[in-house]
Amino acid sequence: MAATVTEPTSPAIPQIVARRVDPPKEQGWTSWFTTTDHKRIGILYMVTTFVFFLMGGVEALMMRLQLGTPDNTLLTPETYNALFTMHGTTMVFLFVVPMMAGFANYFVPLMIGARDMAFPKLNALSYWLLLSGGIVFYASLFFSPPEAGWTMYTPLSSIAYSPTGGVDAWIFLIHLTGISSLIGAINLYATIANMRAPGMGWGRLPLFVWTILTYAVLLILALPVVAAAVTMLLTDRHFGTHFFDPTQGGSPLLWQHLFWFFGHPEVYIMVLPGFGIISEVLPVFARKPIFGYKAIAASTVTIAFLGLLVWAHHMFSTPSPTVVLVFFMLGSFLIAVPTGVKIFNWIATLWRGQIEYTTALLFCVGFIGTFTMGGITGIFLAVFPVDWQLTDTYFVVAHLHYVLMGGAVFGIFAGIYYWFPKITGRMLSEGMGKVSFALMLVGFHVTFLIQHSAGLSGMPRRVYEYSDTGHLVLYNRISTLGSFILALGILVTTINVLRSYKKGPIAGPDPWKGNTLEWFTTSPPPVNNFDVVPRVRSVEPMKDIRRQVARNGAPHEHEPGPGRESLIHS
Amino acid sequence: MRRTYFLPAFLSVAVAALLLPASPASAGLLAPESGGSPNADRIASLYWIIFAIALVVFIVVEGALIYSLVKFRKRKDGVAEQIRGNTKLEIGWTLGAAVILVALAAVTFVKLDGIRTPENSGANGLDLADGVIASSTGPGSELRLPPNGRSLNICVNGQQYVWRYTYDQPDCTKNDFKAVYSYEELVVPTDTTVTLDITAQDVAHSWWVPKLGGKFDAVPGYVNHTWFKIPASKAGTVFTGNCAELCGRGHANMTARVKALRPAEYTAWLAKQKAAIAAANKGAETGRKKFDPTS
Repeated sequence: MAATVTEPTSPAIPQIVARRVDPPKEQGWTSWFTTTDHKRIGILYMVTTFVFFLMGGVEALMMRLQLGTPDNTLLTPETYNALFTMHGTTMVFLFVVPMMAGFANYFVPLMIGARDMAFPKLNALSYWLLLSGGIVFYASLFFSPPEAGWTMYTPLSSIAYSPTGGVDAWIFLIHLTGISSLIGAINLYATIANMRAPGMGWGRLPLFVWTILTYAVLLILALPVVAAAVTMLLTDRHFGTHFFDPTQGGSPLLWQHLFWFFGHPEVYIMVLPGFGIISEVLPVFARKPIFGYKAIAASTVTIAFLGLLVWAHHMFSTPSPTVVLVFFMLGSFLIAVPTGVKIFNWIATLWRGQIEYTTALLFCVGFIGTFTMGGITGIFLAVFPVDWQLTDTYFVVAHLHYVLMGGAVFGIFAGIYYWFPKITGRMLSEGMGKVSFALMLVGFHVTFLIQHSAGLSGMPRRVYEYSDTGHLVLYNRISTLGSFILALGILVTTINVLRSYKKGPIAGPDPWKGNTLEWFTTSPPPVNNFDVVPRVRSVEPMKDIRRQVARNGAPHEHEPGPGRESLIHS
Repeated sequence: MRRTYFLPAFLSVAVAALLLPASPASAGLLAPESGGSPNADRIASLYWIIFAIALVVFIVVEGALIYSLVKFRKRKDGVAEQIRGNTKLEIGWTLGAAVILVALAAVTFVKLDGIRTPENSGANGLDLADGVIASSTGPGSELRLPPNGRSLNICVNGQQYVWRYTYDQPDCTKNDFKAVYSYEELVVPTDTTVTLDITAQDVAHSWWVPKLGGKFDAVPGYVNHTWFKIPASKAGTVFTGNCAELCGRGHANMTARVKALRPAEYTAWLAKQKAAIAAANKGAETGRKKFDPTS
C-alpha cells in the first residue's frame, strides 16, 4: 500500500460480517464459573484485577495518611509494614500483570482474527488460579499479614524473624499467580504463533500483540526462577533447609539475586503491554500510521532481552565486587536506548497528525510524559555511585511509581477508555473521562514528584514514621494531598465505568475508526468473534477494509467481492 | 490540557535550580546531601552532571511532545500526513541516545575512583601507625585502603534495631571482648580517613549517613566496605542517618549518629570509653560472683 493514500472520508460504513449465529447462549450467573470464552474470561480478569487495584489503592491511602503527620501514631509499625507489603504485592501480582493478561485474553484473539485462545480450558484455569492466589493472600488479613515487603528479603522473611504465616500466604500467592501467569503465557504464545488471520505475517502483527508475545516469553523465562526461590524459602522456613541462612552457610544475597532475576523482567512484563496499548491508541487518534513499526517491534524484543541482564542494579549497595556493579550499570544504560527509541517514535507518530483529544489519547500522552520522567530518574539510579545515595529512599519510590503508574497504569486506563465500547457495546462518558484524567495526572505528579526530594533529604522508604527534620513534613504533606487527588481521579473513572455500562450511548462496531481487527466485529463481539475473517494485507487491516468497502459500495455478507478475498474461517 | 500548565511550571523550577550553582541550599530538594566527606561531595558533583544532561533530555522530549500536541491538534478539513517512518531519523536518535550514555559512562568512570577508593588522612588527622590496621576480608566487596595504606578501621554491626561500633579490633569477624565499643553513636576523629567494615548479625540492614556518602548494606555473612573523611572544620558536628534496608518493625527507629571530634579529643574519648567499659565489666563480674560464686 502506498504510504500517502489518505483515508476515505465517506460516512460511517457498516463493516459487520459477523452475525450472531447460534451462540450456545451461556445463561445465568453460574455461567461465569464455567465459561471458557476468552472474552468472558478477559472480563473476569479485568474486573477482578480492578477490584484488587482499588484495594491496593486504599492501602496506599492509609500509608499516605500515616505519613501526612510526623511521628504519627495512627498506625502501628506492624500494620504499616503489612500495608506496604500488601500494597506492593497486590499492585504487581494481582493488578498490573493479570490486568495485562485480561486485556490480552480479550483482545489478542480479536486482533489476530481468531475465534478463541488456543487452549480455552487452560485459559479458564489461569483465571481461577489467579483468583485463588488473591484469596489465599488476602485471607492472611484475618490472621497475620506478611510484613517483610513485597521483595521478602531474607533473613527477615525467614522463620526466625517472621514466625507467623503471613510469609507463607505470600509464598502461596506467588505460586498460584505464578502458575496462572505461566499457563496463561503459554496459551498466549500458542495462540499468537498459530492462530493468526490469513496474511498476518510477523510484520503485520499489531504492536499490542507483539508486546503480549514478548510479555509471554518473559513470563515463561522469569517465573520458574521465582517459583524455585519461593520454594527454597518455604523449605527454609518449614523443612530444615538453609539456602538463605547465613548461620548455616546459606546466603541471604542468593535470595536477592534469584528474586531480582525474576523481579526485573517483571518490570518489563508490567510495562511492555502498556507500551503496546499506547502503540495501538496513538495512531488511531493521530489519524496516522504508527511511526517506525519495525523499530517499535524490534525495540520491544530488545528491551525484553536486555531486561533479563540487569537484575543486580537493584543490588548496587550490597557487598558486591566493583566489576559486577559496572556490568549492571552499563546493562541498564543499554536499556535506555530502545526505550528512548520508542518514546521518539511515539512523538513522531503524533507529528503532523490530526490529533483527536479523546480520553484514551490523553492517557497515552500522560503516559509518554510521565514515563519519560521515570526513565530519566532511572538513569540517575543506573549510575551506581549515585545510586548509593538514592537507593532504598523515597527517590526510588518516586522513580518506580513514575515508571509503573506512568508506564502501566496510564496505559491500562488508555486501554479502558479505548476498548470499553468494544467490550460492552457502550461508550464511556468522555467528559467524566477527561475530568478523571486531569485529576489523575495532577494528583500523580503532586504525589510523586516531591517524593524525589524527600528521598534526597534522607528519608528511607518503608518507614512508618519520621521525625520533623528539614522540610520532610512539607514534602510528605504535599504527597499525601496529591494521593487523594489521584484517588479521586480513579474514583471518577470507576463511577464512569459503572454508569456507562448501563447508560452509555450505543457504540456501534467501530466508534474510533480503529486500525485493527477487533473493530471488524460487533460490540460486544459474538461468541464466535467472526463469521468471516478477512485476508490481512497490512498492519492496519481495518483501513484496507474501509477503503475496499468505500470502493465497492455496500458490504457483502458472505460473497467475497472481487477486491475482497475474504476467507471463510471455520 | 492540564499538562501544559504543569510542565512549564516544573520546567521553570528546574531551570532556575540549575542556574543556581550546586549550592548546599538545593541539597535535599534537588540533589543528595553532602558536605561531610569528599566521597559524598564527589557523588553530589556526579549527580549534578547527570542532572544537567537529564534536564536537557527532559526539555527536548517533553518539549517535542507538548509542541506536537498543540501544533497538530485536529483541525477542520485537516489531513494527517501518512508518514510510516524515517530510517535516517530513527538511526539518528538511536545513536544520539547511545552517545549520551557513553558520555555518562565515561564521566562515571572518571569520578569512580575518587568515590570508591579512600584518600590519605590529612596532616591534622589522627596519627595512624603503619601496619596496625588489619581488616577482615570476608565475601563481599573488596576492601580498599588509602594509597599510604593507613586508615582508622571501625567495625560496624547492624542488629535489630541498633548499630554497634567496635573501635580497636583488628579483625571484625572475630569478636574481641576487650575492644572498645559504642552503640548508635559512632565517634570518629576529623581529618582522618575512616574505613568501615559493615556487617549484620541478624537480618539485613543498610548503613547510611547521607552527608558522609552512599549507603552500604549490612548483610549477615558478608562484609561491606566504605570510607569517609570528615574535614577538620566540621569538628563537633553530629551527622545523622537512618537504617536504609527494611529490618523489621523498628526499622524507622534504627538511627545512626556520627560524631566528629578533633583527634586529641577522640583519643581522650576512646580512653574514657575504655575505662567505662572496664568498670562496667568489673561491676558485672562482681555481681555475677555474688549470685554464683563458682563463676
